[in-house]
Amino acid sequence: MTDSKYFTTTKKGEIFELKSELNNDKKEKKKEAVKKVIASMTVGKDVSALFPDVVNCMQTDNLELKKLVYLYLMNYAKSQPDMAIMAVNTFVKDCEDPNPLIRALAVRTMGCIRVDKITEYLCEPLRKCLKDEDPYVRKTAAVCVAKLYDISSGLVEDQGFLEQLKELLSDSNPMVVANAVAALSEINESSPTGQLLVELSTSTINKLLTALNECTEWGQVFILDSLSNYTPRDDREAQSICERITPRLAHANAAVVLSAVKVLIKMMEILQGDVEFCNTLSKKLAPPLVTLLSSEPEVQYVALRNINLIVQKKPDILKHEMKVFFVKYNDPIYVKLEKLDIMIRLASQANIAQVLSELKEYATEVDVDFVRKAVRAIGRCAIKVEPSAERCVTTLLELIQTKVNYVVQEAIVVIKDIFRKYPNKYESIISTLCENLDTLDEPEARASMVWIIGEYAERIDNADELLDSFLEGFADENAQVQLQLLTAVVKLFLKRPQHTQSLVQHVLSLATQDSDNPDLRDRGFIYWRLLSTDPAAAKEVVLAEKPLISEETDLLEPTLLDELICHISSLASVYHKPPTAFVEGRSAGVRKTLPARQGSDEVSSSVATVIPNQESLIGDLLSMDLGGPTIPTPAPVTAPTSNVDLLGGVDVLLGSGPDLTGGAAPSTTGLLGDIFGITTTPTMYTPPKSLWLPADKGKGLEIQGTFSRRSGQIYMEMTLTNKAMQAMTGFAIQFNKNSFGLAPATPMNITALQPGQSLEYSLPINPSGPVQRMEPLMTLQVAIKNNVDVFYYACQIPIQVLFIEDGSLDKRVFLTTWRDIPSANEMQYNLNDIKGTTDSVSNKMTLSNIFTIAKRNVEGQDMLYQSLKLTNNIWVLLELKLTPGVSYATLSLKSRSVEVAPFIFQAYESICKN
Amino acid sequence: MSSSAIYILDIKGKVLISRNYRGDIDMSVIEKFMPLLMEKEEEGLLTPILQTNECTFAYIKTNNLYIVSTTKKNANIALVFVFLHKIVQVMTEYFKELEEESIRDNFVVIYELLDELIDFGYPQTTDSKILQEYITQEGHKLEIQPRIPVAVTNAVSWRSEGIKYRKNEVFLDVIESVNLLANANGNVLRSEIVGAIKMRVYLSGMPELRLGLNDKVLFESTGRGKSKSVELEDVKFHQCVRLSRFEIDRTISFIPPDGEFELMSYRLNTHVKPLIWIESVIERHAHSRVEYMIKAKSQFKRRSTANNVEIVIPVPHDADSPKFKTSVGSVKYAPEQNAITWTIKSFPGGKEYLMRAHFGLPSVECEDTEGKPPIQVKFEIPYFTTSGIQVRYLKIIEKSGYQALPWVRYITQNGDYQLRTN
Repeated sequence: MTDSKYFTTTKKGEIFELKSELNNDKKEKKKEAVKKVIASMTVGKDVSALFPDVVNCMQTDNLELKKLVYLYLMNYAKSQPDMAIMAVNTFVKDCEDPNPLIRALAVRTMGCIRVDKITEYLCEPLRKCLKDEDPYVRKTAAVCVAKLYDISSGLVEDQGFLEQLKELLSDSNPMVVANAVAALSEINESSPTGQLLVELSTSTINKLLTALNECTEWGQVFILDSLSNYTPRDDREAQSICERITPRLAHANAAVVLSAVKVLIKMMEILQGDVEFCNTLSKKLAPPLVTLLSSEPEVQYVALRNINLIVQKKPDILKHEMKVFFVKYNDPIYVKLEKLDIMIRLASQANIAQVLSELKEYATEVDVDFVRKAVRAIGRCAIKVEPSAERCVTTLLELIQTKVNYVVQEAIVVIKDIFRKYPNKYESIISTLCENLDTLDEPEARASMVWIIGEYAERIDNADELLDSFLEGFADENAQVQLQLLTAVVKLFLKRPQHTQSLVQHVLSLATQDSDNPDLRDRGFIYWRLLSTDPAAAKEVVLAEKPLISEETDLLEPTLLDELICHISSLASVYHKPPTAFVEGRSAGVRKTLPARQGSDEVSSSVATVIPNQESLIGDLLSMDLGGPTIPTPAPVTAPTSNVDLLGGVDVLLGSGPDLTGGAAPSTTGLLGDIFGITTTPTMYTPPKSLWLPADKGKGLEIQGTFSRRSGQIYMEMTLTNKAMQAMTGFAIQFNKNSFGLAPATPMNITALQPGQSLEYSLPINPSGPVQRMEPLMTLQVAIKNNVDVFYYACQIPIQVLFIEDGSLDKRVFLTTWRDIPSANEMQYNLNDIKGTTDSVSNKMTLSNIFTIAKRNVEGQDMLYQSLKLTNNIWVLLELKLTPGVSYATLSLKSRSVEVAPFIFQAYESICKN
Repeated sequence: MSSSAIYILDIKGKVLISRNYRGDIDMSVIEKFMPLLMEKEEEGLLTPILQTNECTFAYIKTNNLYIVSTTKKNANIALVFVFLHKIVQVMTEYFKELEEESIRDNFVVIYELLDELIDFGYPQTTDSKILQEYITQEGHKLEIQPRIPVAVTNAVSWRSEGIKYRKNEVFLDVIESVNLLANANGNVLRSEIVGAIKMRVYLSGMPELRLGLNDKVLFESTGRGKSKSVELEDVKFHQCVRLSRFEIDRTISFIPPDGEFELMSYRLNTHVKPLIWIESVIERHAHSRVEYMIKAKSQFKRRSTANNVEIVIPVPHDADSPKFKTSVGSVKYAPEQNAITWTIKSFPGGKEYLMRAHFGLPSVECEDTEGKPPIQVKFEIPYFTTSGIQVRYLKIIEKSGYQALPWVRYITQNGDYQLRTN
């Protein structure tokens, strides 16, 4: 006899019939009727009309029946809040039943009925159940506190349930402890203020660690997860936690293993100082991580996403385990793709041969997405593992020979990147690439091919023909390809001006006249003007040397990575996004970060923090666009000179230009001037003058002053006022030794200062004088002499005048430098009252010689990566996080000489505000 | 926190049964599940985690059923998946087979189980043996109210007290599965042994068991480094084993659950000679025929014998008119799998067998390209472990002092055993 018969009643008047059956006196009948009701509920019929009749069956000795009625109540109480009250009495009574199963059932169900009126009645029974003699009831009641908190947090706090819950942490029964800790963690995470409501103390942690050995596998996960939120007081405590958690790595349950890994990695962060301990621990982590790959595919997927994080954070742990990430034929596609990703991350010179032969194998599979990713992976290996680039290129060429359309296209896209990384090395293969020109139908592949032709126009004999053939269908091309064609033709023209004038004219007119894409049109105009005004400059701009491509792609940004490490085994670790990105409201909880290291600064950190290098960043590195980034500080454009006849054809262009555009274009120099940002007075922010020497101290001489930097020269800007009755002469100035070795570049050149006269004087300063560290760092002691006396005063140098003009780091160098500087040298600062947009802020910074190296947008926040260099060659690397529309920002600074940090923060503060 | 609600859906996405645990997500959100799944599948971006505006779905598929969990928090997703598989395991132990029909037939018990397995998204009691003591399918036949077994909240949550057997016996099966991945050139890319010790325990009372293996770490620490021992790379234990004890002195001590369970699993990366090696020569004459020459070699001791050897060789899906020639075993063409299976009932060590197959190919070729599935091999070698692992002793101590007999069996079989072809 099975339950399926309950599903079969479908005749009309069913509800009515059920009603009468529910009110039948016979117990058996009643139970049958309730089962029918539940069956209807299961298939989605609305049986809420039977509410009073079902609730009437609640008072029964039959446990099975009681459970069904409770189930019904949970489903419909919300829609019938008034009638739900009818059930309260039975609930309260059941909470005192001699059978603990029923007590627990009642308190569990009551917590699930989210009706305010019922909640009020829940408090008393709950309080009793929390102290119940039976652990089964206590563990159920512990979870019920979390339920109640979800409905009414105030009630839980007012009624003292938090304290009761805390007491349960010392319960003799491990299951009770586990559920209590789970409830507390949940309450902490959803605390509206973000403040932890319950802090774990050392003695509680010890109790938890003891319970860990005795509770169920799930309880172990709850305990481990809450331990991961705990920051130990000192190294010793951290070590002892590690030692007591390590055995969990041998648990058969993958969730226990991952949660243990989470705690251990966090503790390792604290214990960085103890290299030996960390190394031993690292070794213990690898085998369990590898074994996770024999679990069910879904668990494997979660494990792989987490391993992806771990490999970025601690590359050493799995560096010898490449083979376990080899793809199996019957792996689900999501597992295959993740494995591939990790393979690239682990690729090194030692294992590249194996990796390549695997990737080549994958590239011949049938799943198109997987094949594409495999081909791309070969390219990434070429860029990452320099000594094996040649093998990668050979492999790619072999793949091109297969003539499988999408393989060829994908290969061409990555070969373009390889050319960028290793210029003048593999160009011999261009002819092979050109053979496949006709088969390319995807924009990215076409654009890449066009870029290659343009970039190597001088080596490809028929480059003009090839490009010409592309131009035929110009209008139908994707914008990406159009832009590329335009640039490629201009490059070709600049490299081989003979015979290509008509081509360049053709493409310029296509771009400027026939296209309604503003980007394309603008770029067309820029080239046009450039070519017509100063071909030499054009050459310098268009054929400029490109910055090298970076090695590691799509690494997570270090702060994000650290945060995600704290969320190992959670959804965030799978999405690779912080919880705030997908969890709404207060439940998102407090942002987690790894604890600060307690080891000494000198620890050479193997866990180098890495600055992002994400797609967006790479995107603009790779961008074959000529706009912005690839133009290295352009030489100021001079008026057209004799250079013009370098190219005979330019005249034609010059002549026809304005005609074609109907004379609407503004004057050429003006336009170019605007484009290249050559404004007349680019000024750095200069603080207002302050009173340095009051008249009463200077015997009538008053000096107000400030510092400025103009065209690479530091000046001390002074207003000297003679408030005495006689003329002052014989001025001289001298600086005491100072932190940056500032000294007057010229003697003071003031002949005389008449009584009542005020004089503006700019004293050029060189940073080449004697150095002595001052306290505070930026203090400058000045002695000024005149015919009256010698006066002394001290002033503060605003640090921004020391920012020199070549403070822009190459992206790659920036990355490695950021990685190399230990995180002890990282400082954070919050900026307030910022005005303007990210771009305007960035522009302002540039004027002050703070150079934005890259900009990206992460979850609505703009991240600016900036660098600056001081006169004494100290580099400072900064990460500025701005939220558009919000006036505050976070600034992270890394420098080998971190003493300058507070002054840099000051400088940012003043630059941002002005 | 993990699950907000659990659903069991049929293959078309219709809800068979569901249970809401946290009430923070509208239950009707499940209607978005199937369309989303199909959309992602179409895009080739299918993952076991799907995201919508309202929530995240985590699902597993089993026997044409989807078991789906929803959450809108940053759930411990590893726990969710392990738990979903656990649900399937528990229900399978309850109903033999978890499928659409058994769900309808047992919906009352399933509701009871869903209530007991997890509370407010936190998994609770998931041991089916213990659950069966107080959630029974014949609940309505019992006159007395069931009580909670002590085990539910005990430190020993997997064994009830008062178990009695007339004959106290323990069966130990040491099963080693060999995973192998070889490329078409005949190089072994990866080979590992995944071992498991499975037990069937029929013991009375609360017995304390201690298992001794020839574990290398243990031997070295006790000065028996010279004896033959095995280095276990990663050991995973059933929750009954005292992990901290193992960490301290490598003793495997435990109070076992009653009946059948897997005590431990281990992994070894030692490079062993592939037990059964396949060489294949495949000659493809487009539009006319394809010929296979398959050589199977057994590379283990002559004394041992592999049983039920099955070699599965993929063939093109448009192949026709199969012809086979072999001196040993039988060959069958399974067109539904696009493969031929060569079965050898008994394959002694140190032998080499040959099989030839011939297929016709149509003159018109099919458009879609085929993948290159690997050759797969299935086998079983009794009384033999690749790793050389040995059970040295199994001590059984119970306060009543009975004598119990341990029986040990060894077996090596194929795991994921794949050889790529050209």
